[in-house]
Amino acid sequence: MLNFRDPDQKPLVLLNNAGVRRGGRWLVRGVEFSISRGEIVTLIGPNGSGKSTTAKAAIGVLKPDEGWVERKPGLRVGYVPQKLAIDWTLPLTVERLMTLTGPLKGREIEEALHSTGIAHLARAEVQHLSGGEFQRALLARAIARKPDLLVLDEPVQGVDFSGEIALYDLIKSIRNQTGCGILLISHDLHVVMAETDTVICLNGHVCCRGTPQVVSQSPEYLKLFGSRAAKTLAVYSHDHDHTHLPDGRVLHADGSITEHCHPDDGHHHGAHAEHGHADHDHADHVHDPDCGCGHQSRLQGLGNKETRRV
Amino acid sequence: MFDDFFTRALVAGIGLAITVGPLGCFVIWRRMAYFGDTMAHSALLGVALSLLFNLNLMLSVFIVAAVVSLLLLLLQKRGALSTDALLGILSHSALSIGLVMVAFMTWVRIDLVGFLFGDILAVSEADIDLVWGGGILVLFAIVYLWRPLLASTVNPELAEAEGLQPERARLYFMLLMALVIAIAMKIVGILLITSLLIIPAATARRFATSPEIMAVLASVIGALAVTGGLFGSLHFDTPSGPSIVVAAMGLFVLSLLPFGRKGEIETAIHSTHGGHH
Repeated sequence: MLNFRDPDQKPLVLLNNAGVRRGGRWLVRGVEFSISRGEIVTLIGPNGSGKSTTAKAAIGVLKPDEGWVERKPGLRVGYVPQKLAIDWTLPLTVERLMTLTGPLKGREIEEALHSTGIAHLARAEVQHLSGGEFQRALLARAIARKPDLLVLDEPVQGVDFSGEIALYDLIKSIRNQTGCGILLISHDLHVVMAETDTVICLNGHVCCRGTPQVVSQSPEYLKLFGSRAAKTLAVYSHDHDHTHLPDGRVLHADGSITEHCHPDDGHHHGAHAEHGHADHDHADHVHDPDCGCGHQSRLQGLGNKETRRV
Repeated sequence: MFDDFFTRALVAGIGLAITVGPLGCFVIWRRMAYFGDTMAHSALLGVALSLLFNLNLMLSVFIVAAVVSLLLLLLQKRGALSTDALLGILSHSALSIGLVMVAFMTWVRIDLVGFLFGDILAVSEADIDLVWGGGILVLFAIVYLWRPLLASTVNPELAEAEGLQPERARLYFMLLMALVIAIAMKIVGILLITSLLIIPAATARRFATSPEIMAVLASVIGALAVTGGLFGSLHFDTPSGPSIVVAAMGLFVLSLLPFGRKGEIETAIHSTHGGHH
């Protein structure tokens, strides 16, 4: 196993308590993570949980409304957006797509197309490609520019299961060959790429984070996935200390309900030690009468401004 | 040099067609046809203002078109009304305000038809200099802006993520459009400018294999339409601006005819799926 991470090196990108607000609503808040060279970070979470927003904030397409995002100076990004519709009136071959944002040598184009397995499609118009072929073309375009950071927003959408395994294998080999950092957004809440170093589960904020459990070590999963897939895929077991209610409020493990979820509101794992029980002004959350922390009861708290829907 | 009014018309018209070809491609790729129309309609407001304040005609048309496009960008960002509703409001308001203002100015007599439909047969040598000078400027700017403009046409976020500046490219594009409208007004008229932008570009799509080829082809097809339209107007004694548009439409219809198409589709299928067999 190669070790790309150098402790002395600054991360490629660092998000510190980053939040993005649109139309008076926080799309995502309190996001903290970093990506270093050779590291693979996977964002998971339900639809509308702020995965794409977080990725866009990381690469500077969206400016954070709170917190900050720090990128290594001169960071070269390769980006595969989640949705990309090319108007039929634009004649664009796969080959021409490759040099969309910057010039490339013919050899670099060939190599990238070859490694994504679509060298034979170089002269095909992108509008004629199937979903999976188009996804590969976008990936080839992103890697051909030899980025420091590769950002892939649901790269396996529209790709069948074996194609998904092949794409993940390819992403792994890109990382191994170039040592670039990878930010991957997955539509699957439970199955992630086995090579992932950090999984971050989002739902408007960071719900939990951790490392995936490599399934090739477990015979049941091995049977379920098949031996090839088991090497590539991994299962992520969530470690949630709260539940998102259908109305958008958050039910915490301690029984309290809050409008939002903040990493430092005292309801989360690891934050309990700092939970100031003496702090009676702590109005960020409302507690159950029996939660024992001496705050306002939940029933009384319904009149509290923090619990009113804004 | 260009003694004959017909030769002058031809030289000016061809110059304009070459200029608008690449811009017209971006107009259809970005689905901005109605946007171009709105900017063009606002030109009449520019005409009225130039008469009222005794300003240079082209400059005032350019400024009004640029202001209208910026206004639209601002209104779009507020996002209260859909873009096409906004365009409809701006387009016809600007045109009508222009017409009303002109009607109030009883002390000036202007050839309204000339502004609306163009008067290419009346172009002077100074106009030719303007068309070719402005045209070369626009073409240089397009070449310079080509990569960020094309990348942000495909996806602005992708362009921005990879170090290009789509917002700036878009702003320059608007200014170029305003400039072209100011130049083109006298030749094809306010109501027909968009057709010279769109029809040659749409005709070129059929034959183009890359964005660059399409831009060049749009210029060539536009020049052909101008030539054909002017000769037609001379021959049949028809108004020149509309004749040019009719000629452009004729070329577009020709491009829809299925000659050579069967082979083309087979080649396309072969190149797309050939590798699977």
